Amino acid sequence: MIQFILRRLLQVIPVFLGTTLLVYFMVFALPGDPIRALFGDRPPSEAVIAQLRQQYNLDEPFWVQYGLFLKNLFTFNLGVDFTGQPIADTLARVFPVTAMLAIEALIIQGVFGIAFGLVAGLRKGGIFDSSVLVLSLVVIAIPTFVLGFALQLLIGVQLGWAKPTVGSNVTWGSLILPAVVLGMVSFAYVLRLTRASVIENMNADYVRTATAKGLARRQVVTTHVLRNSLIPVITYLGASLGALMGGAIVTEAIFNVPGVGQKLYQAILRSEGPTVVAIVSVLVLVFVLANLLVDLLYAWLDPRIRYEN
Amino acid sequence: MATSDVTIHETGTTADRPLLEIRDLAISFTTGSGEVQAVRNAHLTIMPGETVAIVGESGSGKSTTALAAIGLLPGNGRVAGGQILLDGEDISHASEKRMIELRGNIIGMVPQDPMSNLNPVWKIGDQVKETLKANGRPSGPDDVAKVLAQAGLPDAARRAKQYPHEFSGGMRQRALIAIGLSCQPRLLIADEPTSALDVTVQRQILDHLEKMTSELGTSVLLITHDLGLAAERADKVVVMYRGNVVEAGPSLELLQNPQHPYTQRLVASAPSLASRRIQVAKEHGVASNELLVPGEGVAAKPVMTEDVLQIQNLSKVFKLRAGFGKSTDFTAVDDVSFNVKRGTTTAIVGESGSGKSTVAQMVLNLLEPTSGKIIFDGVDTSALKPKEIFAFRRRVQPIFQDPYGSLDPMYNIYRTIEEPLRVHKIGDKASREKKVRELLDQVSLPQSTMQRYPNELSGGQRQRVAIARALALDPEVIICDEAVSALDVLVQAQVLNLLAELQSRLGLTYLFITHDLAVVRQIADHVCVMEKGKLVETGSTDEVFEAPQKDYTKALLNAIPGARLMLPPEVA
Repeated sequence: MIQFILRRLLQVIPVFLGTTLLVYFMVFALPGDPIRALFGDRPPSEAVIAQLRQQYNLDEPFWVQYGLFLKNLFTFNLGVDFTGQPIADTLARVFPVTAMLAIEALIIQGVFGIAFGLVAGLRKGGIFDSSVLVLSLVVIAIPTFVLGFALQLLIGVQLGWAKPTVGSNVTWGSLILPAVVLGMVSFAYVLRLTRASVIENMNADYVRTATAKGLARRQVVTTHVLRNSLIPVITYLGASLGALMGGAIVTEAIFNVPGVGQKLYQAILRSEGPTVVAIVSVLVLVFVLANLLVDLLYAWLDPRIRYEN
Repeated sequence: MATSDVTIHETGTTADRPLLEIRDLAISFTTGSGEVQAVRNAHLTIMPGETVAIVGESGSGKSTTALAAIGLLPGNGRVAGGQILLDGEDISHASEKRMIELRGNIIGMVPQDPMSNLNPVWKIGDQVKETLKANGRPSGPDDVAKVLAQAGLPDAARRAKQYPHEFSGGMRQRALIAIGLSCQPRLLIADEPTSALDVTVQRQILDHLEKMTSELGTSVLLITHDLGLAAERADKVVVMYRGNVVEAGPSLELLQNPQHPYTQRLVASAPSLASRRIQVAKEHGVASNELLVPGEGVAAKPVMTEDVLQIQNLSKVFKLRAGFGKSTDFTAVDDVSFNVKRGTTTAIVGESGSGKSTVAQMVLNLLEPTSGKIIFDGVDTSALKPKEIFAFRRRVQPIFQDPYGSLDPMYNIYRTIEEPLRVHKIGDKASREKKVRELLDQVSLPQSTMQRYPNELSGGQRQRVAIARALALDPEVIICDEAVSALDVLVQAQVLNLLAELQSRLGLTYLFITHDLAVVRQIADHVCVMEKGKLVETGSTDEVFEAPQKDYTKALLNAIPGARLMLPPEVA
């Protein structure tokens, strides 16, 4: 087991190098000069530009730039961005915010999605099941930004139950509304997946055998249906973590959350290679670790899956 | 019931009162197209300590009747009429609470398929423990181990900590028997408890089940499709056909003197009871039971001596991964040699894991032998070039076990049968269609079948389609890998008859892979018995069946359900 974890962690290295290289290249290949873009209408002297270029290694060829970036990375010197702020500080500021948002969204989609899906699956064909199915379809069909603006207007502005925007003072409470919007689509998928899985397992032979043993229905559902039904759901939840981080760009923009999404968007607009790559690198790490966790959870839920040497 | 003298009578002689009595039971299912009656007027009686078997083909309502007795009808099924009396109490409409009290404690169940009836994510011990716990019995690790040990599971304390996937099929079935009997129920419902297992394992399990239930004084309701098995194990047999009980009575009596036409057909075509090879009917349209003529057997066939297939010292070694690039060798087939004469049927028998299917795959050239030769019509098949392999495939065709899995659900029957012709570029569109029509005629399917899809056909019909597809290229050799194992007995008899008829008409050679010795008896001229990759015995079918040389073959023959039952020749 430990060997499996170690091997998976070692796999992070090529994944990490590959993604950073790719992202670095894409930023490098963006048309336009990032330094000139910084100054807008009043171009600075050529000397200033040359000095800035040298400071950010922009006059070096691509491989040298990438090599310098890696060297800095492994010496924990992420450098500064175009506004002069250390990139490490920026990361330390934005990641906790997005992490809070993602965790809230994950709880909403996980807990509520599984609970609703379980009830709907057990009462297949009933009123609850039918209405939940229709509603989840509606949620899946509406784009996040429409849902975001609609809830912002309804709950934030008209009903006044929550602050319409988050701003710089981020608290768990203030993130609930954005988290609902962020987790909504995945919530609908988790619900449907759980429901389908529960229905399938309710018809499984071993569930009938469990009933034949004389177990009460509640016991049959909790020990025999739920655990087996969670296996595909957990896989989906792990994969959706990446979508949560990525989807945060839109949600953070709507609710003015000072998180990763917002920062990444700004950095891309400014062609700020080092910042973009730094943020993406952390996202890659999160994604890889989340998937490792899913694999471990998977083995715990399903003993037929054992990671051998 | 209200009068006092009746009460006195009942309490005085409980042994005289049936433990389970089913009266005029009707069960219906609500489907998309309305109510469907699955069981009508079913009646049966089980006395305490008695074993009663319900026999019937799939869809006869036998399992439905048994499930109703333990209140486990599927959601769309309901008891539409009649009574299920358990020790005098009508439980046909009992509350769920009452049923939970009864299940496990009073009525136990051993389900059909050991592979799917244990929850894969819980340890065996946990699954026994929860049964004990739910029925208010001591459920410590020792109690769990005791229950498992009683069901014949060796090293029970350690095995209780394992998961179902670490158990063989037979072991799982023992665990399920342990669960079913753990609370010493008065009635045990055993729904095809061994149909998924090898014959020798089947015999051990049934012997053990019989011993346990007779020790505990448990009544058993045995559900089976195998008349031989039912007659051997049960005191009474109830025959169900299309939802009706058509006949019931003491086992031997019913077997020797079947009254109902369906029972007569069942007795006649039960493979475990048939004792002679199928002789090909001279005329068409003869009912299947008339085809089972006792007598001459193989001798009646024209004797062919040319060996179309020669298997020489064939071996197959698989590498099993054992971590860190290491591997251990697993010898699936070990130095096997035999010849197959043209126009005859050779059967390879053995249990799962004996290597018989691996041999078939190598003969089909789907798997490369590790060593040894397969000589087909004088040519070593391992030396064939791709183009020659293509031509070889035309002459050697397979029919596989699962008629559900081996036909493409997206192809209609015409396309399925026509595909090999198209692939081998034989004829034009019109002549191919003509050929497909001929093939359907040959396998006795109506030509309207062409436009239908596999899911619209029954298992027997699908296997006929698979045979038609195999015949499309006019092959010389057909490899049947458990080709009739998934079929009900009557359908099985029909398909075996069809195969025999095609053989005599087209001069086909069959290599028949099966675990079922009863089937071998009906179809094969020669038998090869395999055990753990080795060929342990070969000979003509009559030699092997009448004078088996090896202990393993004897054990296999002994394990055929009903083998020990003696029937008057006019029945068999």
